[in-house]
Amino acid sequence: MSERYDAIVIGAGHNGLVCAALLGKAGRKVLVLEANERVGGASVTREFSEGYSVPACAHFLYQLQPRVKRDLGLKLQMAADKIGTVALSTDSNHIRINGNSASGVSDEDAASYRAFRKRMTRFADLVNTYLNKTPPRLTKDACKSDMLTLLQLGFDIRRLGRSEMQEFLRLIGMNIRDEVVERFESGLLRGAISLDAVLGTHLGPRSPNTILTYLYRLAGAHGAISQPAGGMGAVTEALAHAARDSGVVIRTAMPVKKIVVQDGRVAGVEAVSGDTFKSALVVSNADPKSTIMGLVGVKHVETGFTRRIQHIRMQGNAAKLHLALDGLPAINGVEKREFADRFVVAPDENYVERAFNHAKYGETSARPVFEISFPSFRDPGLAPTGKQVMSAIIQYVPFELRKGWSGDTHGAFERQAIDTLAEYMPDLPQRIITSELLTPADIEAQFRITGGHWHQGELTLDQFLFTRPVGGAQQYAMPLDGLYLCGAGAHPGGGVSGAAGRNAARAILKQEKQV
Amino acid sequence: MTVTEVEQGKLRSPFYPRQAELDRLNCWHDWKGYSSADGFYDTTIEYFSVRNSSGVFDLTPMTKYRISGPDSLDFIDRLVPRDMRKIRPGRVAYAVWCDDEGQVIDDGTIFHLREGEYRLCSQERHLAWLTSAAIGMDVTIIDETQDVCALAVQGPTSFSVLDAMGLDGIENLRPFGLAIFDFQGMELLVSRTGFTGDLGYELWTTPDKAIELWDALFAAGKLFGIRAMGTSALEQARIEAGFIQAYVDFLPADATVRTGRSRSPFELGLEWLVDFNKPNFNGRRALAREKRRGSTWRLVKLDIEGNKEAHHSYIYAKKNGGKDIGFVTSAVWSPVCKHNIALGTVRMPHGKVGDKLYVEIYYQREMHWSRVMAGATVVGKPFWDPPRKRATPPNPY
Repeated sequence: MSERYDAIVIGAGHNGLVCAALLGKAGRKVLVLEANERVGGASVTREFSEGYSVPACAHFLYQLQPRVKRDLGLKLQMAADKIGTVALSTDSNHIRINGNSASGVSDEDAASYRAFRKRMTRFADLVNTYLNKTPPRLTKDACKSDMLTLLQLGFDIRRLGRSEMQEFLRLIGMNIRDEVVERFESGLLRGAISLDAVLGTHLGPRSPNTILTYLYRLAGAHGAISQPAGGMGAVTEALAHAARDSGVVIRTAMPVKKIVVQDGRVAGVEAVSGDTFKSALVVSNADPKSTIMGLVGVKHVETGFTRRIQHIRMQGNAAKLHLALDGLPAINGVEKREFADRFVVAPDENYVERAFNHAKYGETSARPVFEISFPSFRDPGLAPTGKQVMSAIIQYVPFELRKGWSGDTHGAFERQAIDTLAEYMPDLPQRIITSELLTPADIEAQFRITGGHWHQGELTLDQFLFTRPVGGAQQYAMPLDGLYLCGAGAHPGGGVSGAAGRNAARAILKQEKQV
Repeated sequence: MTVTEVEQGKLRSPFYPRQAELDRLNCWHDWKGYSSADGFYDTTIEYFSVRNSSGVFDLTPMTKYRISGPDSLDFIDRLVPRDMRKIRPGRVAYAVWCDDEGQVIDDGTIFHLREGEYRLCSQERHLAWLTSAAIGMDVTIIDETQDVCALAVQGPTSFSVLDAMGLDGIENLRPFGLAIFDFQGMELLVSRTGFTGDLGYELWTTPDKAIELWDALFAAGKLFGIRAMGTSALEQARIEAGFIQAYVDFLPADATVRTGRSRSPFELGLEWLVDFNKPNFNGRRALAREKRRGSTWRLVKLDIEGNKEAHHSYIYAKKNGGKDIGFVTSAVWSPVCKHNIALGTVRMPHGKVGDKLYVEIYYQREMHWSRVMAGATVVGKPFWDPPRKRATPPNPY
């Protein structure tokens, strides 16, 4: 039997849920189909060993768009807010960064950091405005609103003032390394900023465009990091509640086999189970490649478009390490209360770049870069009493390992990662009860993101704004009637921000009004 | 895939030894890497062989792709706007292919050789585009340009020549049909196709059989006025037939930089090749929009007063000139029609059949230039379209 809906959303990732909830609020009968047992996509809390849970993919919340919270009346309980950063040093002269202030560095560096942050947050605010808008078209089809958005962008840049505008335009395509080297003498500070700029990307600090990725990280909440109570899964649970409240039907464990196309337009969805669901509107939260090449099939779209989709760069380079620990590891020079903070292992910008070098040639970093969290420290429910869990993002771990991912290479890299960590936390190896390493290949398999790339596509200027996912399809509508994209593969990209889902819902409703 | 370096213009067709024996003009040009003759004896004589007896043109340099595999029909059907499901094995289809913006990349012929196996022939090379079109499809595309050589035999006696050559059943071959004949122990593929708008055939074989085929053909054609011909004579014939040519009457969309310099099928008078009953093909969305909103350009066939060939002329709506409305892309004096004819491109809404336009012709006499503003009538039918082109069986000579 097949049921009919106004809209079907494929994938209950955070963007899919945001989009579904907004369409539901607008009175549409919406169905969400999720392949996994639970909603959440890459924003989930998962038990990786009995009694031990971690945010399985994304582990901090720093970009959730205030507009998404407002539109859905979302109230999230935080286990930790305004989390600080400790940039670890082997000689225990760590530095601490919190908002605009940096301590443990020279007065000059502290002052430069304040100025740097002030400028960057201003630029990030400008970028953020456009993360919440449908990107304008530059093609023949451009209409008045496209032109207005474009004019507004030009005007907003100009409004920064003459010298700041020049600075913005100078920096936007540049690499973060040149900027931090020019401004700061502290290697740790330079390393920590570099890490923020490259996290989750296939870019090193010397890669062009890493200022943009840094601004992207600051967009929304100025980089303020928080940890939701119950882990990242709590965010998507809350979104799922909001969706259900608006009448959205969510069906989990219902992987989609294909998007049904009839007479050149979308007609519904066929599940792997054989169930079919009818709808003239299908919104895919899956990445653009699996949506077009897998679910739709190239037969139903055109060649130039297929070629552009095929060429989207989306090879992940970040792995997740989850450790169940019998207690907090000792870190020289770090007090216990600081375990609520975020730790980074990125001693300087060259360390980060060297870690990236390996990845260029399909190897894992000999000495990787880490972003570490101890989620159970503030949220004890995640681990049994007296125990702890650690969640770390590791860069760089290529999706396509030259030697291939196997039990051996997997295990070897995990040991290597733990050895590197042990330089900062000497008793860590003895405290490990169980561990889980998710390489980009695992992330692809478990979270169904092609290439295991967080952003469903590298976040670079050539895959941004007008050209995300690809030129000519930047307004969430794909060149197949009735098909929309609402995931991170669409503008503005990844991170648990909900912007793509919100923009997509708005584009769909606007389009309906025009018809 | 192996990459072979080609010396531009120095590839020899397997028919070259025979052509070299006939050649009196020594006028050759480069056609996609091959030496191709402008003519062998005299353009006018060669031209008249097509219209009065038989002209033989070497079309080996035509780009030829073999397309096969389980998705070959889906692939071809998405590639071109024409409904390829209707083209059964043993049939040939003239088609254009467009980019996503509905702009023509090239035109050519698609041979449905046997179930699910196609040959695509075009003047230009398109492996990059075809490879892109094959993303996500189970098809194999082989460039067989160098593995297949071909001769076009065109003109009123062409049927008799092939009949005399012993091709049994050639009389049953209908226009745009293809068949395989047993010829001196080899398989000879013959299609009733051509670029002259006359009765004619194209013979396809492998390079090792080329000389044998040439000799048999010329032996059989001796009493039927058979002659080798070059591209200059072919050029005259194809304009008379109203056939367009890439880089002459339109620019391949992938070769244009500026917007508005490419053309849609509608703008080339090829609306009949676009089938909107098909749910999807490259350029469909853009072409549907163009159909709704109207096209910018129109291809016109012009019958021009006087006898000065209107090469590269501007076209005007009024005799006293003013703003030009387009330009001539191909022009020739048609000896067989006794008309001064041309193909051109004009801005819509100009160029309806029957419209009287003006072309500004510059011509040179003993170095000195003169100019004439000649009246031109837009005609609907090809200038040269004899019934013998379609007659099946064709009349013997």
